Amino acid sequence: MSLFREIGAVTAMNLRSVPSRWGTSSVIVLGMALVVGVLVSVLGMTRSLTSTIADTGRPDRAIVLRAGATNETSSSVPMDAVATIKNAPGVARTPDGEAAATAEMLTAVNLTRKEDGTMAGITVRGMEPAATTVRPEIKLVEGRMFKPGLREVIVGRGARTEFRGLEIGDRVALRNSQWTVVGVFASDGNANESRLVADEATLLSAYQRTAASSVTVLLGSTAAFEEFKTTLTTNPTLSVSVERENDYYARQSDNANAFFGTVTLIVGLFMAVGALFAALNTMYTAVSTRTVEIATLRAIGFGASGVVVSVLVESLVLALLGAVIGAAGAAAVFGGNMVSLGNGVSSLVFEMRVTPALLAAGVAWACAVGFLGGLFPAIKAARQPVVTALSAV
Amino acid sequence: MKYLPLIWAGLWRKPIRTVLTLLSIVVAFTLFGLAHGVMAGLDALINQMSDTRLRIQSRINITEPLPLAYLARIEAVPGVKGAGFYNFFSGYYQDPKNGISSGAMDMSRLSIMFPEIQIPTEQLEAMRHTRNGALIGRSLAEERGWKVGDRVPLRSNVWTRKDGAPEWELDIVGIYEWKDNKIPSNELWLNYDYFDEARAFGTGTVTLYFARIDDPKRYAEIGEKIDGLFANSPFETQTQNERDWIRARINQTGNIAFFINGIIAAVMVALLFLTFNTMVQSVRERTPELAVLKTYGYGNGTVVTLVFVEAILLCLVAALIGVEIAALASPMVYKLIQADGIAFPWNVFGIGALIAVLVAALSGALPAWRVQRLDVVAALARR
Repeated sequence: MSLFREIGAVTAMNLRSVPSRWGTSSVIVLGMALVVGVLVSVLGMTRSLTSTIADTGRPDRAIVLRAGATNETSSSVPMDAVATIKNAPGVARTPDGEAAATAEMLTAVNLTRKEDGTMAGITVRGMEPAATTVRPEIKLVEGRMFKPGLREVIVGRGARTEFRGLEIGDRVALRNSQWTVVGVFASDGNANESRLVADEATLLSAYQRTAASSVTVLLGSTAAFEEFKTTLTTNPTLSVSVERENDYYARQSDNANAFFGTVTLIVGLFMAVGALFAALNTMYTAVSTRTVEIATLRAIGFGASGVVVSVLVESLVLALLGAVIGAAGAAAVFGGNMVSLGNGVSSLVFEMRVTPALLAAGVAWACAVGFLGGLFPAIKAARQPVVTALSAV
Repeated sequence: MKYLPLIWAGLWRKPIRTVLTLLSIVVAFTLFGLAHGVMAGLDALINQMSDTRLRIQSRINITEPLPLAYLARIEAVPGVKGAGFYNFFSGYYQDPKNGISSGAMDMSRLSIMFPEIQIPTEQLEAMRHTRNGALIGRSLAEERGWKVGDRVPLRSNVWTRKDGAPEWELDIVGIYEWKDNKIPSNELWLNYDYFDEARAFGTGTVTLYFARIDDPKRYAEIGEKIDGLFANSPFETQTQNERDWIRARINQTGNIAFFINGIIAAVMVALLFLTFNTMVQSVRERTPELAVLKTYGYGNGTVVTLVFVEAILLCLVAALIGVEIAALASPMVYKLIQADGIAFPWNVFGIGALIAVLVAALSGALPAWRVQRLDVVAALARR
């Protein structure tokens, strides 16, 4: 018990003396705040991008593409195949008793970005009426649904935020045709909010196409997938690949993230190393300023463990303080920002989300750096021979 | 020069502190060098793009086709020196992961569109006479180990063949390079006639046109004229010179400049603060030693100079090491942002050195001021 009291006493005394050493101490706090702030922002960008794409898929939905196609853009499924797919076992039913399946074509249209006035692409997706059952997360927030047969589109919330000319009543020029915006929809913040949606049959005829890009079905249950897949892939009249929708979108998000993932890794690594050096430096300095004080403590009978713990705790407390400031700053500055990423063909609009998990990651990372940064100086402090240290006076 | 040993001794008074400060600055400047290198690399990429070659694509979206019949009308626009067209092939080799930048062109227009392309005349001639021929870039040839005479079965993510064959069997007949190697030569080109005849759909259309103009100043005027030709048609166009086009592409890839500048600023503030503190601390601890120097008769100016030179030396050496590491790592980073082939901009060293001196001067100022006001007697008495 006395050991704990001893450690407690030394640590408390040490922490109380921090304000008088504010210069060196604030190096850790400020440095850590900046580093954690940058780290949380970069991580937040990557995570938001990943989850925006990945959350578009659900395990109880399946997406059917042409065999060999890796994404919808390079896929085409002819109409007779669509009929076969809809009749496959495992497909859920809409309230009207239809197959809960939607054959969808994809195209893209250039619109003007509000941010800088340049043109960037936005995906236009055709959906069949059953899509409301297949994708219940798509909810109108303004206006009304498009009517089959009419050249009308509904626009995703994200697309409307980032692009001009997508207010209700505006017209969008697609191939050979003008389309009227009649509604705005939300979709749980996933990738569909970066899209325009129109009636599949109307879109196909405007583009004179006879094949959809993909078919998405709602399964009766998650477990129905295997049967559905086997039925389609063993059917000799079909040449399709079947994938769970969440797997499909996880793959797409991996591709999108190759770049930002690497940037995050590089920045995170450098910042960690830099912060570690800074923390080490500061704690060494803190220890060396307190050489006499520590030696005096040892001389009057305090043990080495108390000194070690007190230095470690100081480093941790300062790092933690900095991390909290930095994480809060990142959340305040970047949280809720809309980011639009384009690849020349289409764009993805997503919201920067600084989640509690990210904040926790930033703080945990700071603790690790604070601990490592305090460890060696702490050991040094404890091992200093009392007589030499005192004679430094 | 005679003060060098004194400065040296001052630097190594606390070796751990000096090494740690040095390493912190090295890390900060490596990050700075990489970030700045990326920004400068992108700028270089933009500036080396042609401002006399126009890209004419569908106004609706790059995935929308344009009729082949536009060629003659574009060529007839005053100020246009020559034109050609390009059709994306979106090829891959064996696995969709092995994507190959590829396109179909009319080879007799190659030199009109891209006069900076270098290829042996007999290879270009062979290409014109081999229907299923292919030209590949030097870097692509090296990457895949392909050579003239090889037959490469290519698949396309987009284009299926009328005859239902899954693969496009191409014979490599030539290897091209860009003059001065400024642009990575990583594409594969095939004959448009062969491609157009074999594809299952889209016959008689192209992805984009290239038009070359003499006078970059007339770019806007000529661009408007071209777009005006096709306004209100089912296939409206958007004309940009290559430089504007790549700039817009880069801007779409997130707000890179904002993020990079944010990182640089954060790193620099942290660094400045750290060095500042270390310097102040170091001078404070040495107060008695500096007082001794003053007692010996060293002038205020000399002692202050010693303090400054020490700070500058430390910062400068660390900064240059950091930027050098960034320069060594830059090829990997450029590959990541798909701008390989760009040279690391050497002015980063200059800018880095400038910042380092600035940081050192700022962090040396307070200690120097203290040294000047130093009361020798009090300092020696350690009061």
